[in-house]
Amino acid sequence: MKQFYGVTLKTPLMLGTAQYPSPAILADAFKASCASVATVSLRRESGHNKSGQEFWSIIRDLKVHILPNTAGCYTVKEAVTTAHMAREIFNTKWIKLEVIGHTDTLQPDVFGLVEAAKILTQDGFEVFPYTTEDLVVADKLLDAGCQVLMPWGAPIGSGQGLNNPQGLRSLRAHFPDIPLVVDAGIGLPSHAAHAMELGYDAVLLNTAVAKAGNPVEMAQAMALAVEAGQAAAIADPMEPRDMAAPSTPVIGKAFLT
Amino acid sequence: MKINVNGKLQKLKSGNLSDALAELGYGNAKIATAVNAAFVPAALRDTYALTEGDQLEILAPMQGG
Repeated sequence: MKQFYGVTLKTPLMLGTAQYPSPAILADAFKASCASVATVSLRRESGHNKSGQEFWSIIRDLKVHILPNTAGCYTVKEAVTTAHMAREIFNTKWIKLEVIGHTDTLQPDVFGLVEAAKILTQDGFEVFPYTTEDLVVADKLLDAGCQVLMPWGAPIGSGQGLNNPQGLRSLRAHFPDIPLVVDAGIGLPSHAAHAMELGYDAVLLNTAVAKAGNPVEMAQAMALAVEAGQAAAIADPMEPRDMAAPSTPVIGKAFLT
Repeated sequence: MKINVNGKLQKLKSGNLSDALAELGYGNAKIATAVNAAFVPAALRDTYALTEGDQLEILAPMQGG
């Protein structure tokens, strides 16, 4: 398994911490998912209502790697400042870099993303860029110092699965040694398994588990899916064919007509 | 002195950022700060002088995807 900035993950699942029905369900879902990484964020907090402090105590107790994000940032400056604040709070160099370019699709502003990635890597951050499957952008992110790429499967929170499997497959083929994570768009375990079958190194998801009728059961299903998909990729899947090919031997078939 | 704290105008007696956070009730909370959209590391809060009209952002851990 590839390393993420020198870290080997126990499982190829990164799980978000937002939108769960309750903190207890969040904790139970996390345990059921066997996720190795928790994504977190930063928001305003008042001096009297310290909900962020309670949230942090839950996450800390999960004893997983913490990946803070810059969700909601639309400019390079916002994203860079948020990253610095996250590094201080969470005491990690890891940052899931999001520079959003469009309010409807929440797709990344890849121009701002490359610029922010360059600034942050020069500042000592280990950047996990939320990007598209575009090969040219991927090259520029690597040039900027990123050692991990996180292309979207589909728009954040959409649950559509992998909208461009061929593009994701191409990215995998072009960058065989770079850790790749499908981030966003996963709605079902089959989507997560598909990403892993393409040879991806991990899947990052949130809404699919948090908004399931039973988040804990769905978390377990996702754990099984990424494990199955990873095992399938290692097993070297067969190539699809355009025509049928009998699996039962034809030689020795009785002549009965 | 009036400054804008997380989008709300507040009157503070404190002159530096560290004292302002204590006055606002943050105590030892796990927070990060920015003034006028620029990050202010915790190590600089004692010496960071706030001025009238400053925009102070105080962020804490939150759920995220």
